[in-house]
Amino acid sequence: MAASLVSRLAEHELWWSFKRHPSAMIAAALLLLLFIASFAAPLIAPQNPYDLAALDLDNSELPPIWQSYGAWPYLLGTDVQGRDVLSAILYGTRISLIIGFASVLLSLSVGLTLGLLAGYAGGWIDNVLMRVGDILLSMPFILIAILISAVAREALPPGLRDTLAAPILVIAIAVPSWVQYARTVRASAMVEKGKEYVQAARLIKVRPWRIMINHILPNTLTPILVAATLNFGLAILSEATLSFLGVGMPPDEPSLGTLIRIGNQFLFSGLWWIVLFPAVQLCLIVLSVNLLGDWLRDALNPKLR
Amino acid sequence: MLAFLIKRAANAALVMLAVAFLAFLIFRSFGDPVEMMVNEQATQAERAELRERLGLNDGFLVQYLRFVTNALQGDFGISYRNQQDVMVLIGERFPATFELVLVATMISLVVGIPLGVITAVHRDSPIADGLQLGSIVGVSLPSFVVGILLILVFSVTLGWLPAFGRGDTVDIGWWSTGFFTESGRAALVLPSLSLSLFQITLVMRLVRAEMLETLRTDFIKFSRARGLPLRIVHWRHALRNCLMPVITLTGMQIGNLIAFALVTETVFQWPGMGMLFIQAVTFVDIPVMAAYLMLVSFIFVLLNTIVDVTYALVDPRLRDDAAPAAASGASSGG
Repeated sequence: MAASLVSRLAEHELWWSFKRHPSAMIAAALLLLLFIASFAAPLIAPQNPYDLAALDLDNSELPPIWQSYGAWPYLLGTDVQGRDVLSAILYGTRISLIIGFASVLLSLSVGLTLGLLAGYAGGWIDNVLMRVGDILLSMPFILIAILISAVAREALPPGLRDTLAAPILVIAIAVPSWVQYARTVRASAMVEKGKEYVQAARLIKVRPWRIMINHILPNTLTPILVAATLNFGLAILSEATLSFLGVGMPPDEPSLGTLIRIGNQFLFSGLWWIVLFPAVQLCLIVLSVNLLGDWLRDALNPKLR
Repeated sequence: MLAFLIKRAANAALVMLAVAFLAFLIFRSFGDPVEMMVNEQATQAERAELRERLGLNDGFLVQYLRFVTNALQGDFGISYRNQQDVMVLIGERFPATFELVLVATMISLVVGIPLGVITAVHRDSPIADGLQLGSIVGVSLPSFVVGILLILVFSVTLGWLPAFGRGDTVDIGWWSTGFFTESGRAALVLPSLSLSLFQITLVMRLVRAEMLETLRTDFIKFSRARGLPLRIVHWRHALRNCLMPVITLTGMQIGNLIAFALVTETVFQWPGMGMLFIQAVTFVDIPVMAAYLMLVSFIFVLLNTIVDVTYALVDPRLRDDAAPAAASGASSGG
C-alpha cells in the first residue's frame, strides 16, 4: 500500500506543485538538513553532551566563536557546565524529532483504528468513542498533556522517571490528538459504507477489517496526511512546551525545550547564547514543518487546483 | 428549541462530570491527604480520627459524589503546600490571569482584523504574501520562545520594560488590578504581546478567508459599481459581514488562552492561576491541580455551550439532530 501511495502522490501533480513553490522547497531542504545533522550527531558533534567526563569547567560560559573569547571547537559557545551548545542542540533536536514523530505515529494509529471502528460499526461503539472524544476536546490540549505527564511521573518510582520521560511525553501528546483523526476517518467511513462497492464487497464476504483498511481508509488519506504533517509540528511544539515547564525531558538528557528551560535561567546574566540558539533551532523546525503542511494542504485541495 | 437547550446543557454537565471524575481519580491516587495535613508527631489515633473526619473511609462512589457536591459549592479543600483554602488561593490569582487574557484578546482583535483585511484586499501583492508568510511564522513560534525573545530584546538589551511580575496593583474590593498604575501597565505589555501572537495569526487568517468570500458577493460588486470609495466598501460593508465568525472564534479561544496563559505566566513570573498550577504540579499539590483543571474546563465548556446555543438561535437548521453542532471541536491551538 505504501508503494502505491507513493506512486499515486507522484502522479498527483504534487511534484509539479512542489517545484513551483520555493517556500516548500526551502522548508523541505532545511528539514532534511536538520534531520541528517541531528541523526548524525554522534559523528559530527564536537562533544558528547551526555558524557559528564567530557565537560570541562575551564571552558564554561564561552561565547559563540565570532565574539571575543570564543574558542574552537565551540562554534555556538558553551553553557555554565562547559557543555558545547551546538552539540547539545544537535542531540536535543534528535530527541525532539523522535518524540514528535512517535507521538504522531501513536495518535495516528489509535485515531485511524478507532475512527474506522466507530464509523463502520456505528451503534453504541460509535457513541462511546465519540463521547470520549468530545470530553477530550472540551479540555485545552496543553492542559491534558501537562496533567498526563505530571501524573505519570508521580505514579512512577523516582528511579524510573527520567528513563521513561520520553515514552510518557509521547503518550501525553498523543492522547489529546487522536480525536481529530478519528473524527475525519469516521465521517468518511459513514459515507463510504453505504456505497455500492462496499455493499458488493460485503456480499462476497470480504472480512470487515479488509473492507475498512483496503477500501474505506484510502478515501481519507489526503486530509489525514495534511493533518498529520501539521500535527507533527504541533507535537514538537508541545514537547518543547512541556519540557520547558519542567514536566518533560530531564536536564541530563535534554530536548530542545529542556535546553531553553536551562538557558532561561541565565537570561539576565548576559549568557544569551545558551537560550537563543536552541530557541532558534526549535522555531526553524516547527516553521519548516508548518510551511510544508501549508503547501501540502493547498496542493492536495481539489478546489484550488 | 427547549429540547435543544436541555440537550446541550445535559451534554455540558456530562462533560463536567467526566472532568470531575478525572480530577477525583488524580486526587484519590496520589499522595495521602492525611499524611500531607498532619504534623510529624501526630499519633496513629489522631491520624485515624482525621481520616474518618475527612471521610476517606467511605466507599469510592460516596467520595466521588461528595467531591462533586463540594466542587459545585466551590469547595476544593485545602492546599497541601500552604494550608490555605484552594478557592481563596485561586480567587487571589484569578484577576491577574483574567487581565492578561483580556488584554491579549484585545490586542489580537485590534491587530489581527486589519491585517486580515489587508491580506484579503491586496491579494497576491507582495505585502499580502509577506503577511501570509508572517502568519505561518507566528503560528510556528512557541509562545514561551516569543516571551523569552521579548525579554531578551526589551528588558535585557534595551531595558525598556519589566521582564517579570505584575508591577503595582490597586485593590478594588477583592479584585486586584494592574490597569491603574504605571508599573502595572508596563508589566502587562510583554506578557500580553507574547500570549496574543498566536491569536493574532488565527484572527488574521480567519478574517482573510471570510473577506475573500465576501468580496465575491453581489452586494460588494454593486457597492463598487455605485462608485463608493473602496475604503468604505472594504472596511465598512465587507468587514461588517465577516465579524460574526471572528466573535465566535474569540469566544471559543478564551478557554485556550487561559490554559496557554500558564506558559506565559511561567516565563514572565506573572502571579496568575497558571503559575499557581505549575507550582502545584511541581509540589504535587493535588487539590490545587484538581481545582484548576475543573475551573479551566468549566470556562471552556461554558463558552462552547454558549456559542452552540447562540448558533442554534441564529440558525434553525442546527437545532435538528441531523447536524451535530458544527461549532464544537475548534482548533486546539498550539
